Amino acid sequence: MNEATGIKEIIKPDNLAYKKTKIMTDNVLSYCPGCGHGTVHRILAEIIEEEGLQSDTIGVSPVGCSVLLYNYLDIDWQEAAHGRAPALATAIKRLLPEKFVFTYQGDGDLAAIGTSETIHSCNRGENILIIFINNGIYGMTGGQMAPTTLPGMKSSTSPYGRDVKLMGNPLKMTDIVATLPGTYYVTRQSVHTPANVRKTKKAMRKAVQYQKLNRGTCFVEIVSNCPSGWKMTPVESNKWMEENMFPFYPLGDIKVPQDQVEKQEPKSE
Amino acid sequence: MEKELRLMKGNEAVAEAAIRAGADGYFGYPITPQSEILEYLMVANPYKTTGMVVLQAESEVAAINMVYGGAACGKKVMTTSSSPGISLKQEGISYLAGAELPCLIVNVVRGGPGLGTIQPAQSDYFQATKGGGHGDYHLIVLAPASVQEMADFVDLGFELAFKYRNPVMMLSDGAIGQMMEKVWLSPPEERSKTVPEWATTGKPPTRERNIITSLDLDPQAQEIFNQKLVAKYNEIREKEVRYEEFQCDDADYLLVAYGTSARVCQKSVQLARAQGLKTGLLRPITLFPFPSKRLSELAGKVKIMLSVEMSAGQMVEDVLLSVNGRVPVYHFGRMGGVVTSPDEVVEALKSKIIGG
Amino acid sequence: MAKIRGSIVVNVDRCKGCEVCMVSCPTGTIAMAKEVNHKGYFYAYPANPDLCIGCASCAMVCPDGVITVYKTKI
Repeated sequence: MNEATGIKEIIKPDNLAYKKTKIMTDNVLSYCPGCGHGTVHRILAEIIEEEGLQSDTIGVSPVGCSVLLYNYLDIDWQEAAHGRAPALATAIKRLLPEKFVFTYQGDGDLAAIGTSETIHSCNRGENILIIFINNGIYGMTGGQMAPTTLPGMKSSTSPYGRDVKLMGNPLKMTDIVATLPGTYYVTRQSVHTPANVRKTKKAMRKAVQYQKLNRGTCFVEIVSNCPSGWKMTPVESNKWMEENMFPFYPLGDIKVPQDQVEKQEPKSE
Repeated sequence: MEKELRLMKGNEAVAEAAIRAGADGYFGYPITPQSEILEYLMVANPYKTTGMVVLQAESEVAAINMVYGGAACGKKVMTTSSSPGISLKQEGISYLAGAELPCLIVNVVRGGPGLGTIQPAQSDYFQATKGGGHGDYHLIVLAPASVQEMADFVDLGFELAFKYRNPVMMLSDGAIGQMMEKVWLSPPEERSKTVPEWATTGKPPTRERNIITSLDLDPQAQEIFNQKLVAKYNEIREKEVRYEEFQCDDADYLLVAYGTSARVCQKSVQLARAQGLKTGLLRPITLFPFPSKRLSELAGKVKIMLSVEMSAGQMVEDVLLSVNGRVPVYHFGRMGGVVTSPDEVVEALKSKIIGG
Repeated sequence: MAKIRGSIVVNVDRCKGCEVCMVSCPTGTIAMAKEVNHKGYFYAYPANPDLCIGCASCAMVCPDGVITVYKTKI
């Protein structure tokens, strides 16, 4: 392995502070440089390892850039048709109620073709975790407009910018599902800075633990970037995301379960 | 334990048979003429007795994908619908075949195309046997001709599905689904505790992770996979053909019909013979694999074959292929939900004998 | 006074040169190399290793998980 290393004396097993979790396989990720998918995968994989869930987890992968997700996490996987992952997850969880079941879906998968499956599985309160990667574009197929594409945002099928009069407004699926009694914990996070990675991991760990309570659907949206689709460098795309996506899709908990209200931390003004 | 005798509708018999076959899950959506299946299961509430999951899905599309999720866990799962709903399921069916998943899909056929009618038809033969969904695959297709067979084919369907890791379709129609007949129900089987080694149940340290998918971006690998499917279907053609013959031994004229049309043709055979026409009936029970070999043998013995179907003529093409030009093959059928009558069949046969 | 010192190991072949680690590093340890790896990416490397405090911010944001972090008290 070709490595670039820092001070060699410090590199000893005793000093190990951070290593990629073994739940991630050794396969090279197929994502574009700087794409948030890889970061989210790793956070989820770390939680699966730390919570000891490898032999109890079944993941459902989507159609989209993360279609090959099953090559990257060493757990049992099912590949779903486009948009249908929550239907698969519904059956898996009802037939194997002791297992931890999650779906991992992009914005086209969850909010366009899969809208019905998303709404209805949340409405029934299926005891699953839905992970929603929202980057406002269809990455895999070459950068077309998505239901979550911002007004005025250019894509290969909205080359002059999204015109809400013709194409409608972006769908805020996360806010919609939060209104359903069947959802238990709904949150929106990001993974573009270390602080946000920590917050996302905390939110996902909660969602994983809540599933054992069987009190409804946990829904975690990750607002993420698409350097290739947005035609920017990764660092530029993260900045653009902060300036444009976050005002429209604000980060934070949208629905916190009433029976899990923790000690409130003092809010800073 | 003994079998139990009941008077039931075809649809109800499917539902009761599913519970007794130890099915793990049923995912369905209301559509005439088969909504009784879901209704019966909801009333029976087998979750309380056997743990069988019964769920009314938000659409036929959701239902077939729930079947996929359950099947991928190695469970005995099924869905039922009627023609327009089966059209909706085609994507899911192609995925099930491509991922080699066992399951049972019941189509209680109604007249089409489009919204069509709610009366019985046999116009989904192409859809069931020639694809329907995209790609090179086949479903094993069982065609019941009685309420008894609608019940029996649930267990048979699951058996074949798991034997070949392939989806199985029961192609019934609105007449058999709705009619009431005596049916002997098998004693209940417990839900299976065996987990197939390919199923996704959570990866233990003792094996590699199981991935259920139909995707392979490497064309060489995908071709090898398709060849594997071809070999599977050839094995099914060798081993799983089922059909029934009615007075074929001395027949000059052969009726070929399945399902409700076969019931009608049994009477037609009697009527024709009363008029001096030595007629027989071959009733395919498996539409895939089709009894081509037997039809080919009979082509050497009969003068005319008449495919009787409630459609514009779909199975007739498989009859033509089977006999390869050695005997004239014709089609007769009513459409749009109209059920053929035995006299009409005899008249049609006579017109072909005279007119050719 | 004990000081925390860190040292990172970057898997050069797997780095896709996205630069997100570089902008996340609070001490300016990381820079992008002027040469490319075998895939054509300008890979990240600890250009100023003495500045590293082993906070693992870089490893946490790396989408490809190519960074391993060590730290010790000196």
